[in-house]
Amino acid sequence: MATSIVELIPITAKRRPDWDVERIRKDFPVLRQTVNGKPLVYLDNAASSQVPVMVIERGAQYIEQEHSNIHRGVHYLSMKATTAYEGAREKVKRFINARESKECIFVRGATEGINLVMHGYGRKFIAAGDEIIISALEHHANIVPWQMLCEEKGAKLRVIPMNDAGELLMDEYQALLNERTKFIAVTHVSNALGSVVPVKEIIESAHKYGAPVLIDGAQWAPHARIDVRDLDCDFYTFSGHKIFAPTGSGVVYGKADLLEKMNPFQGGGDMIKSVTFEKTIYADLPNKFEAGTPAIASQIGLGAAIDYLNIIGREKAAAYEHQLLSYATERISALEGVRIIGTAREKLGVLSFTIDGVHPHDIGTILDQQGIAVRAGHHCAQPVMKRFNLPATARASFAFYNTTEEIDQLINAIEKVIEVFV
Amino acid sequence: MSELSELYQQVILDHNKKPRNFHKLERANRTAEGYNPLCGDQLSVYLQVEDDEVIDVSFEGSGCAISKASASMMTQAVKGKNKREAELLFDEFHRMVTGRLNEESEPNQLGRLKIFSGVRDFPVRVKCASLPWHTLHAALNNQPIISTEN
Repeated sequence: MATSIVELIPITAKRRPDWDVERIRKDFPVLRQTVNGKPLVYLDNAASSQVPVMVIERGAQYIEQEHSNIHRGVHYLSMKATTAYEGAREKVKRFINARESKECIFVRGATEGINLVMHGYGRKFIAAGDEIIISALEHHANIVPWQMLCEEKGAKLRVIPMNDAGELLMDEYQALLNERTKFIAVTHVSNALGSVVPVKEIIESAHKYGAPVLIDGAQWAPHARIDVRDLDCDFYTFSGHKIFAPTGSGVVYGKADLLEKMNPFQGGGDMIKSVTFEKTIYADLPNKFEAGTPAIASQIGLGAAIDYLNIIGREKAAAYEHQLLSYATERISALEGVRIIGTAREKLGVLSFTIDGVHPHDIGTILDQQGIAVRAGHHCAQPVMKRFNLPATARASFAFYNTTEEIDQLINAIEKVIEVFV
Repeated sequence: MSELSELYQQVILDHNKKPRNFHKLERANRTAEGYNPLCGDQLSVYLQVEDDEVIDVSFEGSGCAISKASASMMTQAVKGKNKREAELLFDEFHRMVTGRLNEESEPNQLGRLKIFSGVRDFPVRVKCASLPWHTLHAALNNQPIISTEN
């Protein structure tokens, strides 16, 4: 079935050479509502993106017709559910170009993915005196687990700094690498600034020192193609709820040989081959890392979201999103008293800004009164805020269902904020 | 937009722009720091308390217009009050912004602080308005650090 969908793409592309955003919007029921009397303008996609009908229906189909536990039953429903769940894993494998589907571990989001690697790899292989490198752009999810590990093991956390544009200083990174470097964890795209990180270069250099690299792909996955084999990353993680699937879904990819030698993450049912009071033999990949009953409906939904992205065409969607970001950047730059935070040459999806004399929370409230959803705060990236000497920013983040008219409404609303406060 | 103009009244905007008693108090004998970890708001409240009376009060920190204006007007409201009166005002203020006190029909000492009644229509902003008061309460009771999340 997946093959026939892929074959459909050229036909669809011929019929609609340009991005038909109005048609795409019809796929997202949540967008059809008004907020505070105004049509909803949803610009908080970097926090959580919306879910298309196709994904909702696939989740509903599981609950209505297949709901049961996976990997256990010999009965009909359990086999149906297992097939659907493992089918979603196959889709993930193709989505990120992994060698094998067993390298794709289902987790409840990128945060859990990072924690799985910290516990499974870090606690087994990191020792006193070792160094772990992260970057100045990280979300708290890619800082705190490594801090916890360093504290436990007596290892040292080192941070790649950034410049005023929000770009990592790659020379500084090269200088940080040494024979004590035992792990590197960096984001693919900054959630607070939108900066794209040159992860391929980071991975290549890290491997010269034999250090595995984890990429936090939470903000990259919604916008661009992932190819874990081309990147040659050791671990890659992303959240389903940021790529048009329900919350509770997500993936951490790991190279099979690394996953094999790691400790399990959680203990329980489904992750064992046999249990006696003397000894437990762990299950093979991927089950070794999936103790207990997972978020079956959500992960099947993630599979459906991947189908949806393939149908609409990921390259076309990405090109359209790029136009949106450029347009929004151009229009916001033209406003007096408004400053864009994060001006990296290469950016994806995210536009952080401040207004002189106005706290981002007040911006968020006034925008919400006009039906516009943005994030206001530190974006779970307090070190990034500190680097720019700011308590917080307002952040508009885009998906392929947003329109230039919505950006115009955002601009009008920002002007309204300035009017109230100045 | 009527709810919005209810929230961002001119007086609040004025206190945001020109906060009163916005400095460190050298003679302070009680202080506390308040944090809202969800948004990163942080403020310090300084008190000079003698014989149970708030002789002087000031604050410092960063936050949104609501929290800054609330802190500013709080310092004006509690100066010269004794501990019990200040605590009573905190209780009334807190009940008003959480919708448990009707400032028009029930007796209270809120006075100019009634201007914050609009906050109750914005549940996510209630903590902004009440953080300075929680911090004051902590300072009065010799608790050095408080957070909105515990």
